[in-house]
Amino acid sequence: MSHHDTVLDSEILVIGYKESGQKVAENLSVSLKPGEFVSLLGPNGVGKSTLIRTLAGIDEPLGGRVFLKGEPLSNLTPRERARRISVVLTDSLPGAMLSVYGLIALGRHPYTGLMGGLAKDDKERIDWAIQAMGIQDLAIRRFGEISDGERQKALIARALAQEADVLLLDEPTAFVDLPRRVEIVNVLRELAYSQGLAVMASSHDLELSLSFSDKLWLMDFEGTLTTGVPEDLVLQGSVARLFQGESFGWDAESGGFRVHKTPARFARVSGGGEACYWARQALERVGFGLRDDDEVALEVTVSSDANGVPLYQAIIGDRSKTFTNLGDLLAWIGRMDGAVSGHRPKYD
Amino acid sequence: MDRSRIVFSFICLIVLGTVAFLAGICLGSVNIPPFEVIKSLFGSDDAGTLQSAIVLEFRLPRTVTSAFAGASLAAAGLMMQTVFRNPLADPFVLGVNSGASLGVAIALLVLGPGGIVLASQTPLTGSLLVVVAATIGAGASLGLILILSRRVDVTSLLILGLMISYGVSSIVSILIYYSMADRLQVFFNWSFGNFGAVTLGQLGLFIPIVILGLIGAILLVKRLDAFLLGERYAKSLGVGVEGSRLAILGCASLLAGVVTGFCGPIGFIGIAAPHLCRYLFKTSEHHVLVPASILMGALFGLTSDILARAPGLEGTLPLNSVTALIGVPVIIAALLKQKSYQRLFGG
Repeated sequence: MSHHDTVLDSEILVIGYKESGQKVAENLSVSLKPGEFVSLLGPNGVGKSTLIRTLAGIDEPLGGRVFLKGEPLSNLTPRERARRISVVLTDSLPGAMLSVYGLIALGRHPYTGLMGGLAKDDKERIDWAIQAMGIQDLAIRRFGEISDGERQKALIARALAQEADVLLLDEPTAFVDLPRRVEIVNVLRELAYSQGLAVMASSHDLELSLSFSDKLWLMDFEGTLTTGVPEDLVLQGSVARLFQGESFGWDAESGGFRVHKTPARFARVSGGGEACYWARQALERVGFGLRDDDEVALEVTVSSDANGVPLYQAIIGDRSKTFTNLGDLLAWIGRMDGAVSGHRPKYD
Repeated sequence: MDRSRIVFSFICLIVLGTVAFLAGICLGSVNIPPFEVIKSLFGSDDAGTLQSAIVLEFRLPRTVTSAFAGASLAAAGLMMQTVFRNPLADPFVLGVNSGASLGVAIALLVLGPGGIVLASQTPLTGSLLVVVAATIGAGASLGLILILSRRVDVTSLLILGLMISYGVSSIVSILIYYSMADRLQVFFNWSFGNFGAVTLGQLGLFIPIVILGLIGAILLVKRLDAFLLGERYAKSLGVGVEGSRLAILGCASLLAGVVTGFCGPIGFIGIAAPHLCRYLFKTSEHHVLVPASILMGALFGLTSDILARAPGLEGTLPLNSVTALIGVPVIIAALLKQKSYQRLFGG
C-alpha cells in the first residue's frame, strides 16, 4: 500500500466495541490527503462516530490498522498522536464555569509542560485559532451560555489550537441553523486549503456535503464504505443507494429527495428560466408526473411580462387561465379537481 | 480569566483562613487572648504554663488537624467530581467511609471483646487501633474500587461504589446489632467525626501523608483539566486515561483515607468546598481550583471545628452534624441557582 501522499489511511480496518467484541463495520480502507475536505455520510447507526474515534486513536480497532503518514498509529505515543490528530466529538461538555478561552487552551495540552502552563507560542496559536474561527467576541464568555453554532466554532477552535495535520469532526453541523452550517462547512474547507489540513467531517447534510466536499465517504448498513468525488458517486448511483429501502428516494437528476409515488396524471411545462424550474417542482410536489408529449392532463406555459414578473398560463381541457404566482395556479388546479370530483379543493 | 478577581479571592481565603486558625486556638472552654497564644506558640514561657499547655498540647494539634483534614477532603472531593463528572461525587461515595467504618467496627466490636485493649482503658493504644483499623478498611475498599476502575466506565464505577457502600454498611449494622453498649459508644464516638483525637505525636504521621497527597493533587492539575472534557477528549489530547484515572483516584483515596482514619468519616466538606470555589472563582480550571479548594477546605474544617466547640457547650458537638449543617445549604443554594447540575458539569 502506498502512503506517500496520504496523511491518514487505514487498511482492512475492523471497527466496533472492544468490550463486547461487537463489530460495527469491517474491511474499511480509506485515505485522507493533506488539504482535502471529506464528508462522511450514512444513516444513523452505521458506525460513523466509531470510525471517527478509531481513526483518531481514541477507540482501538478490532482488526486492521490505521496509519499516520505511513506509520502505524499504535507505534506513536499518545502525546505524539495528539499533536498530529485533533477531533471534535459529540460528547457533552461542562458548561457553566468553563470559559471559551479555557476550552480552546486545552487544545495546547499535548505541547505544555507538567503543570499545563501556557508559553508564548501556545498563546499565539490559541489566538490564531480564535481568529480563524472568527470568535474573538466569545473568548471571555462561558461555554454554557453561548449558542449551539458558537459552541461548534469554539470546539473547532480548540481542535485547531492542537496544531495537528488531521482534523476529524463528528457532526459539526448538528443542531446548528442553516446559515451557520454553511459557514462552518465553508470555514472547514478553507482551512483545509489554506493550512494543508486534512479535514474529515461526518454529516447528515447531503446537499451541503455534495456542494462543498472534495470527496465523500458513504457508509451503509452492510458496513461497506464507498469513497470518491461527490459527482462520480452521484453518477454511479452510490448516493441514491444510501437511501434504498426508504419510503423516499434520492433523485440524481434533480439532486434532491423525492417521495416515491406513481403519478396518476401528467403535466407538460414549457418555457425557461428559474420560474419554469420551480413550476415543475411545485407540480411534482402535488403529484403530477412530468412529460413532454401530448398525453397530459395539464399544460403550463411559463413566460414573463414586461417587468420580468413570471406568468404561468395553465390549460386543463378547454379551460385556460393565466397566473402571476404558483400559489394561485395550484389553488386553481385544486378547484378544477373539486369541480370534477365534488371534493374540497386540495391545494390551497 | 479575570486575574484580579482570582488574586483577590485567594487573598480573602488566606486572610479568612489565618483568622479562623487563630480563632480556633483562642476559643474554647477557656478563651485565651490572641497575644498570649502567639507568645505560647513562639515559646516565650512567661505566658503561664497552663495556657501554654492548653495551646500546645490540645488547641494547636486540633486546629492544625482541622485545617489539614478539611484541605484534604476538599482536594479529594474536587478530584472525584472532575473524574466522575458528577457534582455529588466525593471519596465517600466510593465507599471510603463505609470501608473505614467496617475496619473500626471489626476492631472495636469483634476483636475488642477478644482481649484487645479499648480506647477507654489506654487512650493512646486505643485511638491508634482505631486509626489503623479505619485506614486499613478505607484502603481495602479503595483498592477494590481502583481495581474495578480499570474494568468499567466512570458511571458504572460510581454505582459500584454506592453498592459496595450499602453492602459494607449493612455488615456494620449487623455487627452493631450483636455488640455490647460500651463498645458501641466508642464506635459511635468515632463515627461522629472529631478533629480533636489526633495527638501532637500522631501529627508527625498525619501531616506528612496529607502533604504528600496535596502535592499529588497539585501535580495532577493538568490531567484533571483534560478530564473536564470527558475521557474521550482526554484521550484525544494524549492523556493516558486509565493511568491518569488511577493516579487521580489513588491520590484522592490517600487523602480521604488518612483523614477518615484519624478523624472519622467527615462528610460534606468534599462536596461543598469545591462548589464554593467554582462560584467564587467562576472557573473550572484546576490550576485555580485545586489550590482554592485546599484553602477553602481548610477554612471549612477550621470553621466547623470552632462551631463544634461552640462557646458555652460542654464537650463538642458531633462534627459530622456541623459539617452537614454548613454544607447542605451551600449545595442547595448552588443547585437552585444553577437550576440544573448538568450546566455545571455536562451530562
